[in-house]
Amino acid sequence: MARMSYVAHVDADRAAMLRAIGVASEDELYAAIPAAVQQARLNLPEGQSEVEVEQLVRAMARRNRTDLLCFLGGGFYDHYVPAAVDAILSRGEVLTAYTPYQPEVAQGTLQAAFEFQSGICRLTDMEVANASLYEGGTALYEAIMMAVRTTERWRVLIDAGVSPIYRMMLRTYLANMPVTLEEVPSVNGVVDTAALQARLGKDVACVVVQYPNFFGCIEDHTALFAAAHAAGALAVMSVYPIALGILKTPGAMGADIVTGEGQSLGLPLCFGGPYLGFMATRKQYVRKMPGRIVGLTHDQQGRRGFVLTLQAREQHIRREKATSNICTNQNLCALAAAVYMALLGKEGVQEVAQYCADNASYAYSKLTAIAGVTRTFPATFFNEFCITLPGDARDVIGDLVDRGFAAGFPVGRYYAGLERVALVALTEMRTKEDIDRLAAALEAVVS
Amino acid sequence: MNVPDGLLFTKEHEWVRLAGATAVMGISDHAQTALGDITYVDLPSVGKAVAPGGGVAVVESVKAASDVYTPVSGTVRAINTELRDHPEIINQDPYGKGWLCELEQVPADAGSGLMTAAQYRSYLEAQ
Repeated sequence: MARMSYVAHVDADRAAMLRAIGVASEDELYAAIPAAVQQARLNLPEGQSEVEVEQLVRAMARRNRTDLLCFLGGGFYDHYVPAAVDAILSRGEVLTAYTPYQPEVAQGTLQAAFEFQSGICRLTDMEVANASLYEGGTALYEAIMMAVRTTERWRVLIDAGVSPIYRMMLRTYLANMPVTLEEVPSVNGVVDTAALQARLGKDVACVVVQYPNFFGCIEDHTALFAAAHAAGALAVMSVYPIALGILKTPGAMGADIVTGEGQSLGLPLCFGGPYLGFMATRKQYVRKMPGRIVGLTHDQQGRRGFVLTLQAREQHIRREKATSNICTNQNLCALAAAVYMALLGKEGVQEVAQYCADNASYAYSKLTAIAGVTRTFPATFFNEFCITLPGDARDVIGDLVDRGFAAGFPVGRYYAGLERVALVALTEMRTKEDIDRLAAALEAVVS
Repeated sequence: MNVPDGLLFTKEHEWVRLAGATAVMGISDHAQTALGDITYVDLPSVGKAVAPGGGVAVVESVKAASDVYTPVSGTVRAINTELRDHPEIINQDPYGKGWLCELEQVPADAGSGLMTAAQYRSYLEAQ
C-alpha cells in the first residue's frame, strides 16, 4: 500500500526504532504472529486522491433517497430543528462531544448541562436527571442495572411493546450478566397487565414499559406501577419526550426511572446518530444513578456556580465499585436538546405535541377510510399508529417508495404475525396536503 | 484524637461495642477526620448477614466514598436511619449518635483479633 502522507514516520524513523529494540526487520517484529493470520489481507482498493474519494462518496450519497416524504418513526422522528440550534452548536466554545476533564473551568458547558437536566426533569415530571447518556437503548440498559443495584434483585419483566431494537440491545448487554430478562407479550398492542402482574415476585427488580410503545399506543401505567411497587420492584419507563408535552407524565404515573431517546429534541435524523440518551429518577435513587450530574451551588463570595456533583460514586473515585462504567455524557447533543427546549419553552413543546397528535388523528382517519386498510389496535395513540394492509406491508411500503413516500415501517420485521401491519408516524413537518397525497397513493397501491 | 476506652477497633478504623451476642459499630474519630465532611451514608438492609472483611456500609464525603467493613460477624438488627438525612452526625459524634448499625447473633469470641483502645492509640501514633 502507498505510504500515506499523514503517517508521521519515515523509513529512517522505522529503522531507528527497530535498532533500538534490537530487531532486524519489520517481518521479524511480527514473527510471533502465526503465519496463517499474517497472510490474511484485507481486500482493500489502492489508495485514491482526495478528489477521487470525494467523487466516489458523492456518487454513493446520490443513491440515498432524500426526496421521500417521510412518515417513518419507530423511535426516531422527523421534527423541525430551529436554525438557532445549529448556530449555537457550531460555536467553538462548545464544540466538543465530550465531558470536560477540568469541568469547573468550563462554566458555560456545565450550565448548558444543568439546563438540559432541568428541561428533562420538567418534561418527565421527575426530580433529578443526569447530564445525558449515549442514546435511548443504552439509557434503558443503564436504568435496568440501576434497578438491579437498588433492589438487589435479578429478574426484569419487560413488555414486548418496548422497541424491539432496544430489547435486542438489552439481550446483548445482559447476555453474560446474572440478570434474567423476561419478555411479556403484548395483547392488542398494549401491556398484558394481568400476565405481567402475575409474574411479579420477591426477586423482580423492575417492570419495563415504553410510552408510547413501539406500536404507537398510549396507556396509563399508574395501576401497573402501583402493583410493581407493592411487590418491591421499581417502575422503569422509556419515553418519547415530545409526547410528554401533552400526555400524562411518568412522574404522575409513579415511575421510578425514566429514560428515552432525545433525538426528537433538536437533533436531525441520522443513520446511527449521534443521538442522545436521557435519564431521570426520584431523588431517593440519585446515588444509584449512573452518569454525570451537574449541580448548582454558590462559592464563598455567594456567586452562582456549576459543579459536577455526586462524583464519589463514579469510577475515577470508586474504581470497580463505581455505580456504573458511564463516566461521560453526550454533551454536544445534550446542548442541542437544551437549546431546543429553551427555544420552544413549555408552550412550544405542547404546541408541537398537539400538532403531531392532530396530524396523526387526521392521517389515521384518512388511511383507515381506504377499502382494505383497517385499524390494527383499538388503543389510543399519540403521533404514530398501526394500520393493517391487504397484503404484505413490505411490498406495499416498497411500492410507495417508487411513488415518493417513506410511508411507514413494516412491523412484521420484528413481530411475527404482524406481516400486514405498517407503523405510520406523523410530526409537525407534514401538512394536510402531504397526508392527502399519501392516502391517494396508498389507495392506488392497494386497490 | 478521641479513642474511648471500652470499645474495640480495626486497622481500617471501625469501632465496635460488644454486649453479649449483640454489637454496635461505627467509624472512629480518626476515620471521620480523615474523610472530612460526610455527605452520605449507604447503610445495609436489616436482616443482612455480615462477616469480618465484608462491606457493611459506604461512607461518602466530599473527598471520597469509602467502604466500611464489619469488625465482627452477625446479622444486621438495626441501622441508624438518622444518618440518611443527617450524615454529618458522624463527624460530630462518631462513637455516639453517629453509630452505623447494630448486629445480633454475634459469636462469643468476636472480639479476638481486634484492638483495644490502648492498642488502637499506639496504632494511630505509629501511622
